[in-house]
Amino acid sequence: MPDIASRPRATPEGVHPFPHRHLTGIQGLQPWEILFLLDEAEQWIALNRGSANARHDNRLAGLTQINAFFENSTRTLLSFEIAGKRLGADVVNMAVAQSSVKKGETLIDTAVTLNAMHADVIVIRHEASGAVDLIADKVDCPVLNAGDGRHEHPTQALLDALTIRRRKGRIEGLTVAICGDVLHSRVARSNILSLTALNAEVRVVGPPTLIPAAIERMGVSVHTDFDEGIAGADVVMMLRLQRERMAGAYVPSPREYHALYGLTAERLKRAAADALVMHPGPMNRGVEIDSAVADDPERSAITEQVEMGVAVRMACLDVLTRKRRGVEGWA
Amino acid sequence: MSPLAILNGRLVDPAGGLTDGGLLIANRQIAAIGAFDVPADAERIDAGGALIAPGLVDMGVFAIDIPAFVAGGITRAALMPDQSPPLDDAALVQRAAAAGKPNVWIHPVAAATRGLAGTELAEIGLMKAAGACAVATGRSWIADSGVMHRLLAYASALDLLVISNAEDGGLADGAVMTEGETATRLGLPAAPAVAEAIAVARDLALAEETGARLHFRKLSTARAFDLVRAAKRRGVRVTCGVDPAHLFLSDIAVGPFLTFARLSPPLRAEEDRRATVAAVADGTVDVLCSAHDPQGPEAKRLPFADAAPGMAGAATLLTLTLGLVRDGVIDLPRLFALLSANPAQLLGLPGGGLVIGGEADVILVDPDAPWRIDADTLPGAAGNTPFDGLPVQGKVLKTIKGGQPLG
Repeated sequence: MPDIASRPRATPEGVHPFPHRHLTGIQGLQPWEILFLLDEAEQWIALNRGSANARHDNRLAGLTQINAFFENSTRTLLSFEIAGKRLGADVVNMAVAQSSVKKGETLIDTAVTLNAMHADVIVIRHEASGAVDLIADKVDCPVLNAGDGRHEHPTQALLDALTIRRRKGRIEGLTVAICGDVLHSRVARSNILSLTALNAEVRVVGPPTLIPAAIERMGVSVHTDFDEGIAGADVVMMLRLQRERMAGAYVPSPREYHALYGLTAERLKRAAADALVMHPGPMNRGVEIDSAVADDPERSAITEQVEMGVAVRMACLDVLTRKRRGVEGWA
Repeated sequence: MSPLAILNGRLVDPAGGLTDGGLLIANRQIAAIGAFDVPADAERIDAGGALIAPGLVDMGVFAIDIPAFVAGGITRAALMPDQSPPLDDAALVQRAAAAGKPNVWIHPVAAATRGLAGTELAEIGLMKAAGACAVATGRSWIADSGVMHRLLAYASALDLLVISNAEDGGLADGAVMTEGETATRLGLPAAPAVAEAIAVARDLALAEETGARLHFRKLSTARAFDLVRAAKRRGVRVTCGVDPAHLFLSDIAVGPFLTFARLSPPLRAEEDRRATVAAVADGTVDVLCSAHDPQGPEAKRLPFADAAPGMAGAATLLTLTLGLVRDGVIDLPRLFALLSANPAQLLGLPGGGLVIGGEADVILVDPDAPWRIDADTLPGAAGNTPFDGLPVQGKVLKTIKGGQPLG
């Protein structure tokens, strides 16, 4: 969408700040809607950093939040659970073994079942692209996408944008290099959508076998040379490469991948002097990223990303349930 | 049975042209064409200016779906071997051949290999004797070039047409879309479009080597058409088909994960769609087929990559391809050559034309009647069409099989 850069950053006069029922992706969000969610998240950062008995808000009290995770996850599930509980929601986790519920009407049936239990918000992760959209069509309550296949992971993109904004003071005009397995990454897709919408210059960097076709049509430049790709970058965002994809299928070996595409302290010197290093986790230390870089508090924002994750998810849960809660201006 | 006189229509002869007139049917055959004396005992149908055309011969359907065929003006359908169990045995072929009678006639296509596994040749000769009109690789591609070579050589001796599915298995493995912006945005596994041309190139080389008759069931890319065009010029005995989806839709039709648009081969880029239309216009394409594959919600109401490929196409094949005539791509007689005469001739079946003494497989068509394609009310076993909601023109008014009006 070439015209996105010219759209306003601030919510235009008379326009609702966030008119969407669900959050299934960054696709379809206006720049000001993305920024609205980031602004909303700021208040929760302060609350989360507060003393033990102050880390609580009751605005979602009495509401039922179901986390339906059809794909294994530790961090994201935990983050959504904490976010819901900090807002006072009754949080229920439904971890579905991949083998039992995967195909058939079962997915729709599960959606109908969840709906019949009168959930107030459903958070879904599924291994198939588009699965969350499918479920969102079938339920009456807001649905939050916690990652669907290779498609989207909107809250990750929001927490990344928030992290960048806090560390760099802005997003507009920054150069962000997204490096590694872009092909299989929903994190990459959602980040490309949000960062280009917010006027950052986005590069994708990785071996040609892990760069999806026509990705430049999403408004990014493509680099297969790692050094060239991160040269002068303000943010170096590393992606996780799954073990099974390192052994000959997409790249010859972890060793070769590290040699060509691993982020080392030496390599990082090619980026801007104050470049920020990010990773959605979990990391393969010594493969896509060296510990020396990942653990450098000056450069690495990796633990901060986790912290922003809770705040962003609190903001999303709050905003999406406002209509149900009858908040003025949202009902 | 008394003779049937269809009067006051416009006759579409695939071999000739378009003339005003009527048709007399007696003893299941066409007895007179044009102007004739109506016998006193004849039943009369006033066509009211509608087209009188040969019934469609649908070259490659996946299900026996008589209501859809009748609604679509299809009087004969070649049934793909991808059944459960696969049509790899003479007895199964014989049973399938009887399934549609006396209405729409089903002409089974024999599986090229046992279980369609692509490794051992099936009893092709015995299946031919049992009524198979051709032999096919089914939905899949025979990966082993040695097997494909032997298949073409063997079928050539039996003078059986070999119908190939042109998709390189290695490239297409696991893919549900064509590589491109849409697949990338949706995060769906995709194969490069060249997977088709690679398969076409190999099969063409082997057909040229063996002298076999080769037909590509559905082609959809510019490069594949270029290869077929060049091979035809060299005198290779090759033909190819296309379907309406790849003529009128590109991969953006997948939109927000619409599983009705999950097809095999997958929808292509706009340039390839245009090349498909151009290949119809310049005569590279020999056959228009529906690839009718009705799938219910249990196969389609799934995440995109888990959904079964295929679309219900029989009821809309003629309606949609009439658009080619309106757009000036081809004329009406050529349309019915692609829909009726050519497939009949390739499969060695009677019908497909309007000739005195020929089978009275005839349809009446109003080429302008407007309607809207609706998945929920589409005639047939299921309404999984990517054209759902599309306003269209052209409707089959009557389908007559062997002189007998159906439906």
